[in-house]
Amino acid sequence: MSETLVAIENLTVRFGNRPVVDRVNLSLHRGDIITIIGPNGAGKTTLIKAILGIQAITSGHIMRSKGLVTGYVPQHLSLEQTLPLTVKRFMLLSGQSLAECESALERTGVSHLLNASVHHLSGGEQQRLLLARALVRKPDLLVLDEPAQGVDINGQAALYDLIRQLRDQLNCGVIMISHDLHLVMAATDKVICLNQHVCCSGHPADVSHDPAFIETFGRPVAESLAVYHHHHNHSHDLHGDVVGSDNSRQAPVREHSHEGCQHEHH
Amino acid sequence: MNIIDSVLNDFFWRALIGGLGVALVAGPLGCFVVWRRMAYFGDTLAHSALLGIALSFLINVPLNLGVIITSVVLAIALMSFSRNKTLATDTLLGILAHSALAIGLVALSFMPEVRVDLTGLLFGDLLAMTRNDLLWIYGGTALILTLLVVLWRGLLMSTIHEELARVEGVQVERLRLLLMLMFALVIAVAMKMVGVLLITALLIIPAATARRLASTPEQMATLAILFGFLAVGGGLSLSWHMDTPAGPSVVVTAFVTFLVVYGAAGIFSGRSSA
Repeated sequence: MSETLVAIENLTVRFGNRPVVDRVNLSLHRGDIITIIGPNGAGKTTLIKAILGIQAITSGHIMRSKGLVTGYVPQHLSLEQTLPLTVKRFMLLSGQSLAECESALERTGVSHLLNASVHHLSGGEQQRLLLARALVRKPDLLVLDEPAQGVDINGQAALYDLIRQLRDQLNCGVIMISHDLHLVMAATDKVICLNQHVCCSGHPADVSHDPAFIETFGRPVAESLAVYHHHHNHSHDLHGDVVGSDNSRQAPVREHSHEGCQHEHH
Repeated sequence: MNIIDSVLNDFFWRALIGGLGVALVAGPLGCFVVWRRMAYFGDTLAHSALLGIALSFLINVPLNLGVIITSVVLAIALMSFSRNKTLATDTLLGILAHSALAIGLVALSFMPEVRVDLTGLLFGDLLAMTRNDLLWIYGGTALILTLLVVLWRGLLMSTIHEELARVEGVQVERLRLLLMLMFALVIAVAMKMVGVLLITALLIIPAATARRLASTPEQMATLAILFGFLAVGGGLSLSWHMDTPAGPSVVVTAFVTFLVVYGAAGIFSGRSSA
């Protein structure tokens, strides 16, 4: 197994009395691409903010590898119109050299915009700029919050492709939030379906058949993702481990039993 | 030495030198007021300066010190109040700004033995600037400029994207507090010049004028300083030749510059945003 970058144990974040992230366990290794999916208000952003270290946690542990450098790609760069900013200046604010900045922009395909105003970028260009801004710090871990928001469908596929390529080139770990389920399924190694707690997790093709996934997203969504049907033919022991499964290698690993959990049906 | 002495003996030169000193820090700080939408916050701190003056008389400390302390206390109070979201920030600021001003006026009226020039406090008395005031201005200016240069990258990053800045290790909260302290200081030293009611104008107008011509934050800060110089120089000349009140003349000059720059830029580019 490659180096563990982040290990999360029993992470809980409460806002007031409401658990927003509830007893989540997760580990992320160098080279992994993990995508977090889940309905609105499922605690996805809170979870990645906790991983980034900018969200106070209520209980549990987050262990980060020593000297971990994180690159963060926020949802938007909602820049005040009153703040004049060029792509070049924004990149240089990372504290890296101009050559490093240019090479990062090159990697994400926006080096021609070096002298453009950040205010004049399209949604896709802005995401690529934010990605370059994260890359220039040479991160071990790349954290992306809905990287494809505001990007058209062709651009989205290209963006997820780019993220995979960057993972290969930089040998970093990637964790991202996404709503684009079809693209997620194609571009990720592991999917975590979050609804405060981890409903299910595993390889994308399997998660889409998981009853917990279907309960969370509704049958139409799940069926649109499912190419073939498969039945849950495993059960869990007390620790949530899969027992008595005849295809356990491919089966999604259920984090815990769902007795007593409430899910909304859509 | 003789030349310096004779320059400093002239009230007009003292006013000019003091005004330029204030403009030097009002430019870059004003940019942060504009970028972070803190105009109303600046107003609130400025209005509280009057309360600070009343308190300084009460406990017998130098006026500038009293004003700084009051502004700092109010800034910290505002920061902690605004975390508790029962009231919208602008409502809270509106309450505190005018209450501080009113309490200051009421408190001063209870001290009949204290003779203060209220008009001077409210609208500034640039021409009455003393050598001691100059010392305060240039001490404050040197401190603020040093802080701004050292903290520039962090301040700018936390203004552009607070969470991104925090991920990159910028101490966002500490910088916010330091920025407030710098505002408090600049208000204390600029109060003499334009008065508590007009200080915010001196922060905002040159920065807003600079925005039209700048394409990087640093350009905007530099241009804001230059437009501030222009406002002080122009305002004092206006005051000298036309016998108008100095503080308001500075603000009027800044406003005219703003109109000219936006008008000219509109004509030349035919577009509305830079």
